[in-house]
Amino acid sequence: MNLAAHLPALQVVLPLAAAPLAVLLRGRGAAFMLVTLAAWAAFAVSILLWLQVNASGPISYALGSWAPPWGIEYRVDSLSALLLMLVCGIAAVVLPYARASIERELRQDVHYLFYAMFALCLAGLAGIAITGDAFNLFVFLEISSLSSYVLIALGRDRRALVAAYQYLIMGTIGATFIVVGVGLLYLKTGTLNLADMGVRLQEMTSHRPVLAALAFLTVGISLKLALFPLHQWLPNAYAYAPSAVSAFLAATATKVSVYALLRFYFSVFGETAVFKRLPMEDLMLILALAGMFVASAVAIFQHDLKRLFAYSSVAQVGYIVLGISFDSVTGLTATIAHLVNHAVTKGGLFLLLGAVMAGMGGTTLARVHGIGRVMPLTAFGIVLCGLGLIGVPGTAGFVSKWYLILAALEKGQWWLVFLIVASSLLAVAYVWRFVEAAYFHAPRADLAAVREAPAGLAIPAWTLVGATIWFGLDTSVTVGSAARAAAMLLGTGAP
Amino acid sequence: MTPEHLILASLALPAAGAAAILACRRAPNLREAATLASAALLFLCVAALLPGVLAGARPALRLMEVLPGLDLAFAVEPLGMLFALVASGLWIVNSLYSIGYMRGNDEANQTRFYVCFALAIAAALGIAFSANVFTLFVFYELLTLITYPLVTHHGSDKARNGGRTYLGLLVGTSVLFLLPALAFTWHVAGTTDFAPGGILGGRLDGLALAGLLALYMFGLGKAALMPFHRWLPAAMVAPTPVSALLHAVAVVKAGVFSVVKVVVYVFGLDNLAGSADWLVAVAGFTILAASVVALNADNLKRRLAYSTVSQLSYVVLAAALLAPLSVVGAALHIAAHALGKITLFFAAGAIYTAAHKTEVSQLDGIGRRMPWTMGAFAIGALSMIGLPPAAGFVSKWYMLSGAMAASHWPAVAVIAASTLLNAGYFLPILWRAFFRPAAADDAHHPHGEAPLPMVIALTLTAAGTLALFFQPDVPLALAQQMLGGLP
Repeated sequence: MNLAAHLPALQVVLPLAAAPLAVLLRGRGAAFMLVTLAAWAAFAVSILLWLQVNASGPISYALGSWAPPWGIEYRVDSLSALLLMLVCGIAAVVLPYARASIERELRQDVHYLFYAMFALCLAGLAGIAITGDAFNLFVFLEISSLSSYVLIALGRDRRALVAAYQYLIMGTIGATFIVVGVGLLYLKTGTLNLADMGVRLQEMTSHRPVLAALAFLTVGISLKLALFPLHQWLPNAYAYAPSAVSAFLAATATKVSVYALLRFYFSVFGETAVFKRLPMEDLMLILALAGMFVASAVAIFQHDLKRLFAYSSVAQVGYIVLGISFDSVTGLTATIAHLVNHAVTKGGLFLLLGAVMAGMGGTTLARVHGIGRVMPLTAFGIVLCGLGLIGVPGTAGFVSKWYLILAALEKGQWWLVFLIVASSLLAVAYVWRFVEAAYFHAPRADLAAVREAPAGLAIPAWTLVGATIWFGLDTSVTVGSAARAAAMLLGTGAP
Repeated sequence: MTPEHLILASLALPAAGAAAILACRRAPNLREAATLASAALLFLCVAALLPGVLAGARPALRLMEVLPGLDLAFAVEPLGMLFALVASGLWIVNSLYSIGYMRGNDEANQTRFYVCFALAIAAALGIAFSANVFTLFVFYELLTLITYPLVTHHGSDKARNGGRTYLGLLVGTSVLFLLPALAFTWHVAGTTDFAPGGILGGRLDGLALAGLLALYMFGLGKAALMPFHRWLPAAMVAPTPVSALLHAVAVVKAGVFSVVKVVVYVFGLDNLAGSADWLVAVAGFTILAASVVALNADNLKRRLAYSTVSQLSYVVLAAALLAPLSVVGAALHIAAHALGKITLFFAAGAIYTAAHKTEVSQLDGIGRRMPWTMGAFAIGALSMIGLPPAAGFVSKWYMLSGAMAASHWPAVAVIAASTLLNAGYFLPILWRAFFRPAAADDAHHPHGEAPLPMVIALTLTAAGTLALFFQPDVPLALAQQMLGGLP
């Protein structure tokens, strides 16, 4: 038996098996070691898969040797390989941070549960990205969602319970819509394999249930990816969850949902002309623009940094969806590149906010006055990530914005170019609220003795900050993979 | 060292200097030595590139490919050479001056000041040597961000508000106009490389060409074309050395340098015929309107700032005339105005340090107490007005000749009228300083010249202003080569 042939299964099994084992072990040190090792191993597996896909094309793995389309197929192509690497990479960085962070934020007797839930969430997210089966995708979506409700509810702030409940309700509605959509498609095609579904749907583009399925799936997934105006659950969830959870979810959960949307739109409905019957592109365009402007504007008026940057995430989802609405290779390249770029930037940002929480005891703007003086490195890191959100050249955010602009120019929609750049000016406004709070005020008297964040928090955070800069200068991994994935989705290039 | 190494060294030296300054933060003398040493080394590096460029070499360096087809790349061409020489040469003098000023005024956060200053110079050199619009844009944004802490150095509410205007207008214009212009250029031409004769030849015409030019001209907000000029007076809340080197030389010259570079190397003079008339009008209006504002400004630094707005538009106007002679004048004016205006700001800072005076109306009789300072101020003022024997005369002469050669009489009229206005707001200062008796209450505050490093610095730049009048050979040769003249 060749281990390399079973990498796709290991990708999910490693974190999935780590979860119950962590519960059995109980000790928080042991649970931490186990889950972290599983996440690192999963990251290594994802890199190997990525290399393999780049070298020799998509991998199809028949789970339990039941051949697709009857058995469950795990399918790794250039898009899922990139997503897997993103999700596992972020988990590998966040876990060491979590150890230092939950030490301060959670009761010690729930630590092992935290690690178990984290492993489950990772398994669910990786599963969504790797599976080629519609129902399996729904199952993994539920695994990741249920575990993230728990993770959010662990937050020290009592409002975390309400936030988790809110997310639970909205997430369950979303999941219901998705399962109805999948059910309708199953009804029409008699298959659950995504690729097979795509082939069979080609003859039934005008069938009502197919159109209904598209609508159900769009609404359901949009809820999960927090597309404006279905984003209501997100700001509270990010604001009151434990810091490590905010960072992990902000960097991965919505991104994986976008992946699910791309999968259904392009791999299943793809060339079936459904898009020509429904004004999906216009709908996406309008919602994306509304999200970019409204959420950014709301972010400017927040008093808490976690909420501020949570609204910024809703706005950035707008950019991501805007790229989808172009329905072109350049547009999808922008979408996929921004998935990665924003994940890295926002992940780093929330990790730094966790360090702020640890040092200053909170993240309201009034509390972080003068943080530039007491925690200079952390403050500077937040500014760098903020510049990434604005899209300053030399940061990852610029790269994806550049492709969005090119996509708009390709379509001849020059007015859209100005809307894209105008919305980044709103980002300047909300980022500068932090800058002015950090550098133009003296720290509060009781916080003047605060010291810089410990290495356990700083090193993981700066890893992601460094990645934000790196992906702004060397785009061969991000844009390279994104361009290949976009070409594959649209069927215009080698997979 | 090969020329490629010299390019890399010119970018790395100020950055390494910044690191050295940070490392020496506990020992102020060592820290200042680091600033001076990196400034001197940088100038040597840049100067070592000069003979080759004058002989026709165009050394280039490709650092990395950021996006497919979009490189972070550098190439030294004559105009960039000129800008780099001016910026790096004046950094030495300005560092000397900064040391006197920052210590004389007991400023806080001096290490941050010197670090940001060195990084700003690195960004300015990145702009000077950029081989394509993309690289220029990267360093242009970097320069805005890195100068923000310098503008808001005092950390007061006034500084914060000035910083908001500064950042809002500079980032706003560059993101709203320059970035789309860059993307549009790439979309249309498939390249953003600067090339003699332009890269847009025949690809755009009429409204689209004029529109793209407008995006560039207003997008390069550092050139302070009205109505996007307000960041410059707002930036005057900064300590005077910042106003002197950055807001009279590095930042604003980065703006007009980019304007000339884009007009010559992206559009090409021949391709723009008929599409740049509106720009002549806007620049002409800016020249006159800013002069009128300067005429009524009592605060010395504000008057100098509006004078800068007006002088920057000379460069834009000269470039927009598209006549080879006037474009040579534009390039020369980058050097001439830099030397003259830095002298004026140095003098303003010296007056503030020695006499704590900021308003023009307080300057009665100050020339007798600070003869060196006010003497240098007089030379700077002559250069602004465009009178011999100061450098400003040479560049203005070329601009006027260009305007006449193009038979563009409104432009000639604008230059003539603004010369009168310049005289109108500079000569009264000299008259007050040298011919009016000091105010009675001045006796309470006896003072002489400013600290010695400051006086040395302003004397040097004043001497430079004169020298450039008598020896304009090097800048002139560079300016002519820019238009394809053979070495």
